[in-house]
Amino acid sequence: MAKQYETVIGLEVHIELSTESKIFCGCPAKFGGEPNTHTCPVCTGMPGALPVLNRKVAEYALKLGLAANCEINRYCRFDRKNYFYPDNPQNYQISQLYLPICYNGYLEIETSKGKKKIRIHEMHMEEDAGKLIHDEWEDCSLVDYNRSGVPLVEIVSEPDMSTAEEVIMYLEKLRMLCRYLGISDCKLQEGSMRVDVNLSVCEAGCVGLGTRTEMKNLNSFKAITHAIEGERERQIELLESGKSIIQETRRWDDNKECSYAMRSKEDAKDYRYFPDPDIPPVRISEGWIGELKAQQPEFQKERSERFQRDYGLPEYDSNLITQSRHLSDIFEQTAKLCGSPKKTANWLMGEGMRFLKEKDMEPEELHFSSAHLAELIKEVERGKINQQNAKMVFGKILESDVEPAAYMKEHGLLAVTDDSVLRKAAAEVLAENVKAAEEYRGGKEKVLGFLVGQVMKKMRGKADPGKVREIIERLR
Amino acid sequence: MQEIMKMSALELGGKIRSRELKIKEAVDAYLAHIRKTEPGVHAFISIDEECINSRIKEIETGIRDGVYSGSLAGVPVAVKDNICTKGLRTTCASRMLKNFVPAYDAEAVVRMERQGMIILGKTNMDEFAMGSTTETSVFETTVNPWKEGHVPGGSSGGSCAAVAAGEAPLALGSDTGGSIRQPAAYCGVCGLKPTYGRVSRYGLIAYASSLDQIGSIGKTVEDCAVLFEVIAGKDEKDATSTGRGIGRIKETLSGGFSGMKIGVPKEYLASGLEGEVRKGILDAVHFMEENGAETEFFSLGLTDYVIPAYYIIACAEASSNLERFDGIKYGYRSDTVSELHEMYKKSRQEGFGEEVKRRILLGSFVLSSGYYDAYYLKALKAKRLIKEEFNKAFKRYDCILAPASPTTAPKIGTSLSDPLKMYLSDIYTVAVNLSGLPAVSVPCAIDSRGLPIGMQFIGNCFQEKKILKAAAAYESLRGAFPAAWERRDCVGKAI
Repeated sequence: MAKQYETVIGLEVHIELSTESKIFCGCPAKFGGEPNTHTCPVCTGMPGALPVLNRKVAEYALKLGLAANCEINRYCRFDRKNYFYPDNPQNYQISQLYLPICYNGYLEIETSKGKKKIRIHEMHMEEDAGKLIHDEWEDCSLVDYNRSGVPLVEIVSEPDMSTAEEVIMYLEKLRMLCRYLGISDCKLQEGSMRVDVNLSVCEAGCVGLGTRTEMKNLNSFKAITHAIEGERERQIELLESGKSIIQETRRWDDNKECSYAMRSKEDAKDYRYFPDPDIPPVRISEGWIGELKAQQPEFQKERSERFQRDYGLPEYDSNLITQSRHLSDIFEQTAKLCGSPKKTANWLMGEGMRFLKEKDMEPEELHFSSAHLAELIKEVERGKINQQNAKMVFGKILESDVEPAAYMKEHGLLAVTDDSVLRKAAAEVLAENVKAAEEYRGGKEKVLGFLVGQVMKKMRGKADPGKVREIIERLR
Repeated sequence: MQEIMKMSALELGGKIRSRELKIKEAVDAYLAHIRKTEPGVHAFISIDEECINSRIKEIETGIRDGVYSGSLAGVPVAVKDNICTKGLRTTCASRMLKNFVPAYDAEAVVRMERQGMIILGKTNMDEFAMGSTTETSVFETTVNPWKEGHVPGGSSGGSCAAVAAGEAPLALGSDTGGSIRQPAAYCGVCGLKPTYGRVSRYGLIAYASSLDQIGSIGKTVEDCAVLFEVIAGKDEKDATSTGRGIGRIKETLSGGFSGMKIGVPKEYLASGLEGEVRKGILDAVHFMEENGAETEFFSLGLTDYVIPAYYIIACAEASSNLERFDGIKYGYRSDTVSELHEMYKKSRQEGFGEEVKRRILLGSFVLSSGYYDAYYLKALKAKRLIKEEFNKAFKRYDCILAPASPTTAPKIGTSLSDPLKMYLSDIYTVAVNLSGLPAVSVPCAIDSRGLPIGMQFIGNCFQEKKILKAAAAYESLRGAFPAAWERRDCVGKAI
């Protein structure tokens, strides 16, 4: 009989913080820009330049630490990690080894098997490196320091996960915390969230841990899932065939759906860490922590419960909408303005989510005024526009935030509310469809829908079906 | 011209302000003198006359319009070549940075220029400030203006030699383990190493970040004090700088020794100290005692640990600070390489000199895993205990008097062959840097070979006022110390 294996997974997650400026200088931290335009003597490692800590970075790290139930080092320090590589202009990275800002925390996740606590070993602040661009044609490499000095928080978990599902739940939870705190957009594709997976397997019931590998270059939740499953299989196969696992760093190739070895433990560098003498230790006062605790936002769970309580949303709707702080903010504003929470939720979950999926966008990327959606919902309620046209208008709101009333008028989408016009159209339909009209008059209610449809067709959709129904009923 | 050279920087500034003297006359006098003496002294690496001349015009208008009203407006100053000057190459006296032109000024330079001072040029030094003789420079060997064939000391040897040779009324140096005080002593000038954090290190090319400090060098204590006031103060660009007030120093320099208690560490007068230097210091102690100071010999603990602790910490930091010189972004790049790691290795191998490489190796070793605790952490502990020894002493004394160096200036070519001996000669200066203390070096005697002997007043942190007052009191009672450039045998004079 085949042996049973257990999988042990720990994660190292890097999150790029969305501060205005970089961690040690005043250059903008935002993504993109022409190469080497967001740079200065500090983030390009010029001689004599000195780093000065951006306090916002410590504040963001503290916020995340508090949200993840961490203890805080009241006296934390930066250390230099020394290694030579051209994307790192000083040839040392300013990071934290000896006294990281947060430690001993946990996140609670919920999977199909129930609730579980994933412990966090520590969180530390560090600077990002620049980007190398290899020009194959010219046979040369170029370096862009725009990203050099962008603030990162690295979150190191304990090896508490055993399945890809748990890993994804943990990452989603972490991402949700960051987004609710407004400290990072956590996009795997753009690299504002980077995940390294440490994985080992051992026979069920074994004592201690097996030899682990570290997997890098995982750019989507799908890639993470596949990499975990693939690596588990690979390690088990090695063990089954009597071979041993080498402690190494492996790179995931998403196209080929397999990984290959980058470097083994023997190549491990000695980083010669030591406290950075240019940056005085950061003292974190009780007052500061208290202030940040007081500023803590309402997180997903509480918000979802509140939406169910205050707006009468079903649990499913509420949980779905609150997955994104931004989306739930839009929901709440819109619901308050139009007074129809369930309809608001339907619009966002139906058309809204369809739009996001179609455009491959995150809810955070939605930029439209809640007032416009609220207005549209009210127009539908007033019978000013039918459902079909309203969907189209909402599409425009999502795309370019149009003002619904103006748009409807401009594009002739307003429903005809003049009774005499509707009566005339209904009379015409009854005259044109003698058989159906007779059946209807004879008490056959089923044909009413058909007649309403015919009137709507005649009105080219610009009528309120409810109203049309009323009119036909009166003509009976 | 002789009249101009004789003036202190403050006198020169006064005459310029009162329009008795044109800036151009003053600067031209210095430039003419430099042309005459430089071939013998080699204090400078770079001088940009064009830039100087355009500054002169700007400052003349600025003084007239009241933009520059400080006491040093229009006064020229020499700057050590590890302090960045925008548009003027800054080499650290290394092949690595031989053609490096910074795009920014060091904060100390900005502050001097804001006062209307004129950067005369960049001075020679030991490569990356590593050395005690200025001989590790990749450029010419600087000669002590006092005596042909002798070193000026180091690493700020060029700055001190320039002031001693009358080539500049003032200079900036940097002091990591005595690099201002020791050459000031060898060259018979006055040099101040401020409290760590007083002067912004922004733009000072780092040797050992926790010990480096920019300071002033001048002919008189007063000149040093005034230049110190110009460059000191909190700078947002240097997180280790402090905004503690320094008060008005110049006005409090007078008043003599009365009420002052000066401690002299017995350990600093023990074996290893040259007889003539010891006599010079003891005479000075006696002289101060006669003139109202209360002096006392005392035992300062842990002096044996000072040199090892210093070299471990300084080299550890240096090994990391100098990693940025890799041939990629700026500086020397070996042109015979085919791949990245070879480029790193060859560029650094060819770009750095022996002493720099020695310290990088030593520093990398003490930080490597398995040795970190045994060396680096232990050195940090020693550093803390050494500071405590000074704290104890400052409970009893206003300042501590010590030699600036065990000997006077050695002969050129006699020091580098025995690095350990060279390191040991820093015995009286490095403890000050480890403890972050201020100290000022003043000349007190001339030895039988005709070389100056210097001593230093060491103060508690942020007590520059006290040590400068003591040094000024000594200076005024001692009377004018002979100026090297005025002596018949001054180096450069014969040419």
